[in-house]
Amino acid sequence: MKPRVATIWLEGCSGCHMSFLDMDERLVELANKMDVVYSPLMDIKEFPEDVDVTLIEGAINTEEDLHKVRKIRSRTKLLVSFGDCAVTANVPSMRNEFAPKDVLHRAYVENATLNPGAPTFGEDGVPRLLNRARPVHEFVHVDLFLPGCPPPADAIYYVITELLAGNMPDPGALTRFGR
Amino acid sequence: MANQNVKIVTLVIDGKDVSAQQGQTIMQVAREAGIYIPYMCHVEGLSNIGACRLCLVEVQGQRRLLPACTTEVAEGMVVTTNNERLRKYRQMIVEMMFAERNHVCAVCVSNGHCELQRVAQKLGVTHVRMPYLHPKLPFDASHERFILDHDRCILCTRCVRVCDEIEGAHTWDVRGRGTESRVIIDLDQPWGTSESCTGCGKCVNVCPTGALAEKGRATAEMTKKRQFLPYLTIMREEDWA
Amino acid sequence: MTLEELLQRAAEEREKQAAFRHTIRVCVAAGCLSAGSDKVKAALQAEVEARGLKHTCQVKGVGCLGLCSVGPLIAVDDAYCRNVTPEDAGGIIDRLGDRPAERLYLSAEMPFFARQQKIVLENSGRIDPERIEDYIAADGYQALLYALHEMTPAEVIREVTESGLRGRGGAGYPTGLKWSTVAKADGGGQKYVICNADEGDPGAFMDRSVLESDPHRVIEGMAIAGYAVGANRGFIYVRAEYPLAIQRLRAAIRQAERAGLLGNEIGGTTFDFSIAVRLGAGAFVCGEETALMASIEGKRGQPRPRPPYPAESGLYGKPTLINNVETFANIAPIIRKGGAWFAAIGTEKSKGTKVFALAGDVQNTGLVEVPMGLTLRDVVFDIGGGIPNGGRFKAVQTGGPSGGCVPEQYLDMPVDYESLTKLGSIMGSGGMIVMADTACMVDVARYFMEFCMTESCGKCVPCRVGTAQMYGLLTRITKGLATAEDLQLLEDLCDMVRNTSLCGLGQSAPNPVSSTLRYFRDEYLAHIAGRTCPAGKCEMVADPEKEVA
Repeated sequence: MKPRVATIWLEGCSGCHMSFLDMDERLVELANKMDVVYSPLMDIKEFPEDVDVTLIEGAINTEEDLHKVRKIRSRTKLLVSFGDCAVTANVPSMRNEFAPKDVLHRAYVENATLNPGAPTFGEDGVPRLLNRARPVHEFVHVDLFLPGCPPPADAIYYVITELLAGNMPDPGALTRFGR
Repeated sequence: MANQNVKIVTLVIDGKDVSAQQGQTIMQVAREAGIYIPYMCHVEGLSNIGACRLCLVEVQGQRRLLPACTTEVAEGMVVTTNNERLRKYRQMIVEMMFAERNHVCAVCVSNGHCELQRVAQKLGVTHVRMPYLHPKLPFDASHERFILDHDRCILCTRCVRVCDEIEGAHTWDVRGRGTESRVIIDLDQPWGTSESCTGCGKCVNVCPTGALAEKGRATAEMTKKRQFLPYLTIMREEDWA
Repeated sequence: MTLEELLQRAAEEREKQAAFRHTIRVCVAAGCLSAGSDKVKAALQAEVEARGLKHTCQVKGVGCLGLCSVGPLIAVDDAYCRNVTPEDAGGIIDRLGDRPAERLYLSAEMPFFARQQKIVLENSGRIDPERIEDYIAADGYQALLYALHEMTPAEVIREVTESGLRGRGGAGYPTGLKWSTVAKADGGGQKYVICNADEGDPGAFMDRSVLESDPHRVIEGMAIAGYAVGANRGFIYVRAEYPLAIQRLRAAIRQAERAGLLGNEIGGTTFDFSIAVRLGAGAFVCGEETALMASIEGKRGQPRPRPPYPAESGLYGKPTLINNVETFANIAPIIRKGGAWFAAIGTEKSKGTKVFALAGDVQNTGLVEVPMGLTLRDVVFDIGGGIPNGGRFKAVQTGGPSGGCVPEQYLDMPVDYESLTKLGSIMGSGGMIVMADTACMVDVARYFMEFCMTESCGKCVPCRVGTAQMYGLLTRITKGLATAEDLQLLEDLCDMVRNTSLCGLGQSAPNPVSSTLRYFRDEYLAHIAGRTCPAGKCEMVADPEKEVA
């Protein structure tokens, strides 16, 4: 059986996934070596069990993110913080010096052109913000860090091929914070 | 003619025999020998303060680690500039620099030419283990040409020293203590109101990070010259053939 | 003033004092003053005056009598009276020559007084700190004039070296060695002597008490040091939070100048020595010697890397001798009685006595001076009277924020530099905080870390950020939010901050954490794994999930 790989997009801009797609024709090679079992690039609703490797893009910003990341951690053997938002909380963390209610007010009232008004939370509304956007490893154990905004396709390719080969890669030479 | 007063000493750095002039620092001699020691507060040409602690090295017979930038070489010295213990400490120090303020590399004016970013990469820092402190800090854009962004400041005080020691203006200083420390202009006033600042820009150029920068360099600052838009239609209609 | 004139003056003053049949000494140091001892003194004086006893009974203000917890404290001839109020004055005078009323009476035989051995504090509580005559009558300035007339600087240093005296500021560096290094340094004609009176450890008040009780003793020690090392200018750097000490110090300097014991050609010799007082503006780090010197120079009070050491390049780049208040206070008796006399007191490696500020959960809080080598148990239980209200002893914290906590099983260790270091604490400047079992050791560590964090000068990264990170982790532990990984990070930070910080403040900042981790690790684990505080001190967050959000 081929290794089961998942990717997920939490509080980020999807740029890391774009960079993932930037692997271009190498994606075909990877597709032969692994099964992508969950990803924003495909239509699967529930995060599956028994995943070998999960790449997490994005910071932990809401209660929903936190819920997801815990579930993912419990269902994944090897968790990779994929890109600066997951590694450092990056741009999402720029709201951290303000209170969540002020952030929401700016977004949903001050800057809203249509129907300005505070959002509702929960089942029918938007996920509730945590006090601060924080990196993934502040909540769950992370096995590998792949910094970069976004990490270059070469770094992603290197990390995935090494992991598939059963090695623990060190992507330090190929990427850095803010790349 | 050789200067009779210069004494030459020999020492060992990382197992390599090197010679040096007495009075040189370990940092200088190591650099001549092609040995890299990371640093952040040091700049060749300014006084050394041994504050960032990244250049700490082991010197045989010394109980404490010594900063390579302030420690002068001595005859027979045996120096180790890199081992697991030093690497571990250096990584933690760099992590602490990132955790202390709000370094968002992706949107920083210095992204790609930042010394902190570079040192982090060289030391293999791929993430920060300690919690980010996320302080709320002011931003000073009152100067006509420069900006001061405390979010990116690592308090290396290069700006303070270059302004005092080279420009002779002493516009910069530090106020407060601990993590409350801030670089300040004159008597803690907006940069644009400074009467001592000569606008020479030395501080901006020695700043290792994006704390001091020239205006107009940030991504969002690229101003669009929309005046030419009306001409687009004219250009379209022009028959170039 | 020559030595003969000095001895003459001393004899005259002693004769004057001997004329009184009774002496009532009222503590007018800061502790008792804050409890109203000035009013007690006025009431006693009025009573003496009213009864026409002013030629037979003298009432004098003196320095610290030691047992601060029961102030205002007074001494009526050889007996002590506690918690004295102005209303007690009549009764006290009524019983002159008799034992004071039982309610007030404290026997000089009680262990608190009897088990002390006083060198530094020998004049504290005996002389009027505001009168130089009192100091002279107590053999004051004899050592200085004797040294100037009869000894070479090298002989003075030899005597100090032989005494085995070690720095009382905390690190315990041999004083004689320090003096001889400065003496040998080439200052091109200028050297300095600095007295470090920037006492800042929480719970420590030894130096303040010495300055308030016997300021001339410190001045004399500094002048002798100046002669020994070849310096003619001295600075006393004292924190501005000690107004009474500053006032008495300044008055004492003026008196000494007027008496020709400071200034030019002291004692008719060619030795000049002047002292200026500099006030610290409330930064703990200015107790670090290089930061202190920067502050005197008018710069931002921040430490710099050593070497060069002050002995080589100190104040204004000149060779500088810098010692603590208590160290200087030991000098005059060493010169007067000889280094061998001093070396006979204490242990093999720690000579003489040490003054401690005994505070916390202990019956007798106050200032004590004991010979080195006494056990902690003697200090805490015998002299200190044990834990009040039937409480149980848990630990004693020595050395302030740079020190550590010593648990019960080591109570029989002798108090000296080496033993305390071996236990993971330090002698420090002499703060000694006793803790009963109601104290949570994680909370204690957190308290000291908060102190270090807010007092970090911010110059070097490990201390500036490391203390803030450690404080954050300790706070998480006390709230029941920490994980085993947090504890590991805390220990890594302790190691890194200790080994990479620029000055002693940062290098020792992890000590309260490491020493409590060493002896009370189970308490940390109880907070982390069990989410309970064994001492019942810390309030655990009810719902950690909420706190995460």
